[in-house]
Amino acid sequence: MGKYIRKRFFQLIPVLIGITFLSFAMMRIAGSDAITELYGDKGAVSQEIIDEKRAELGLDKPFMTQYFSWLGGLLTGDMGKSYVSGKDVFGTFVSKLPATLLLTVLSILLTVVIAIPLGVFTAVRHDTFSDYLLRCMSFVGNSLPNFFVALILMQIFSIRLGWLPVIASGTGIKSAIMPTLTLAIAMASKYMRQVRAAVLEELNREYVAGGRARGVSDRVIIFRSVVKSAMLTIVTLLALSIGSLLGGTAIIESIFMWDGVGKLAVDAITMRDYPMIQAYVVWMAVIYVLVNLAADLLYHALDPRIRMEADGR
Amino acid sequence: MSEAKIRKQKIKKDSVKMRLVIFGTLALLLLLASIFAEQLAHCDPYLQDLSNAKAAPSMAHWLGTDRYGRDMLSRVIAGSRTSIYSTLLLVAIVTVTGTAVGTVCGFWGGWVDTVLMRISDIFLAFPGLVFAMAVAGVLGGGLQNAIIALAAISWPKYARIARSRTLTEKEAPYIRAARLAGCSTPAIILRHILPNIIGPILVTAMLDIGTMMMELAGLSFLGLGAKPPAAEWGSMMSDTRSLLPTAPWVTLSPGVAIFISVMIFNLLGDTVRDWADPKSRGR
Repeated sequence: MGKYIRKRFFQLIPVLIGITFLSFAMMRIAGSDAITELYGDKGAVSQEIIDEKRAELGLDKPFMTQYFSWLGGLLTGDMGKSYVSGKDVFGTFVSKLPATLLLTVLSILLTVVIAIPLGVFTAVRHDTFSDYLLRCMSFVGNSLPNFFVALILMQIFSIRLGWLPVIASGTGIKSAIMPTLTLAIAMASKYMRQVRAAVLEELNREYVAGGRARGVSDRVIIFRSVVKSAMLTIVTLLALSIGSLLGGTAIIESIFMWDGVGKLAVDAITMRDYPMIQAYVVWMAVIYVLVNLAADLLYHALDPRIRMEADGR
Repeated sequence: MSEAKIRKQKIKKDSVKMRLVIFGTLALLLLLASIFAEQLAHCDPYLQDLSNAKAAPSMAHWLGTDRYGRDMLSRVIAGSRTSIYSTLLLVAIVTVTGTAVGTVCGFWGGWVDTVLMRISDIFLAFPGLVFAMAVAGVLGGGLQNAIIALAAISWPKYARIARSRTLTEKEAPYIRAARLAGCSTPAIILRHILPNIIGPILVTAMLDIGTMMMELAGLSFLGLGAKPPAAEWGSMMSDTRSLLPTAPWVTLSPGVAIFISVMIFNLLGDTVRDWADPKSRGR
């Protein structure tokens, strides 16, 4: 196991370098640097002042030098100042992170609560009416764009019924209900199908037939053995979806005015606030890579068969 | 195998075929609707009629009118052209690029393979929409840039599939036979390997149409795709969000259109997968 963890860590290094390089290069390709953003629309600024400012910010140095000094800043939490607000980029980003994490955790919890029982239920009752009905619903949930779900929920709960605020005020529980529900509907539909498939596969194993032949009750077989083995696949899938969730929340956050990093990014993109976009892309990618690594290691730790293979035994 | 079991399998196969015909026809109707959008729309989707603004759905305007009195049904139909065409274009670009890269990597191996696969690793390391948003933001919005952004994050998946399939295919005896018969390398790739690896790639592409349509609409919704006044479903929804309390039909009808199209393409994708790979049936 230790050997495997080391191997995965070494594989991580080129990917992280690639991520940072690509994020840095992308903003340069945009052909816009701090100078054009600062003086671009003012027009009548002499070339001298521009050159002076350029030297001050280190923008006259070669591309690779700039990249490395930017990378150094990244590691020490210094990512420059926002073009729009003038505030420290890294500090702003970190201050918005808890709200997004809260939304992520809440929607994953809700997804688990919906998807796992329903998935197991549909697998056990496969090819019955309730199976078809639930699968149909999961199919519908899978085909609904999340911003559409958000607007429908808004129409029903805020405008028609008046139960919940239209836009979030702070990051309280009442404001979190609709964004959480929106994110969970799409994810639960997806995972219900996957839980069903994983449980169905386990149900077809020989040990299930063996247990039945020995007179073990279905309830014991399903909850003691089948669900336990199917959990392995499910835990990994859920861990993997945390990453896409972190990115996917952007639209939902900006619809519900939820004050997280997703909304921050959408606002930054609208305002062309490049250092902010850069911080968002790099940090989201780093979080995503680390979560994926954790999921991978978890999977290896949970399954003795894979663990042996990875250790080369 | 008992006779009953064989019969049951035959029925299942027939039902997949029937689903294929039904969903194929629906998808075709959707495509035809987007091709003949101009003929189908009974009003000009850009014609304003301020005296009749925000009218509720009626016989004259089945889906009502928006804040400028433009007929919503006509706008939704006009939007189908932008949304469906751009999605199909995106899927085509991604499939072709991914397959080309993957086949080259799998066939030649060596440093070309290492470099391209490491690049694809980096692209896969970004959470999809985060990167797409940033690319679209940097390129500055517009439908064309949204397509580029989504293509940039989607190709590695196809490259992976094409590469692993090529790796197994190129060792097959018939490839050696073809080489002995004097086939050139491009001919081997195009005439022998490609037809044998394209199946799973096309199935993946079919399954992805729905997701890509939603992602493209999502970018447009954020203002990073098609721009108003052009009729595109995602941007139509975000453009009219403020009308939700007073005229919900204006905001929600493009959403229903996206939902129906995504649903049809998802159903077709699932059916194509079942048809191509009987093992995955009923999952």
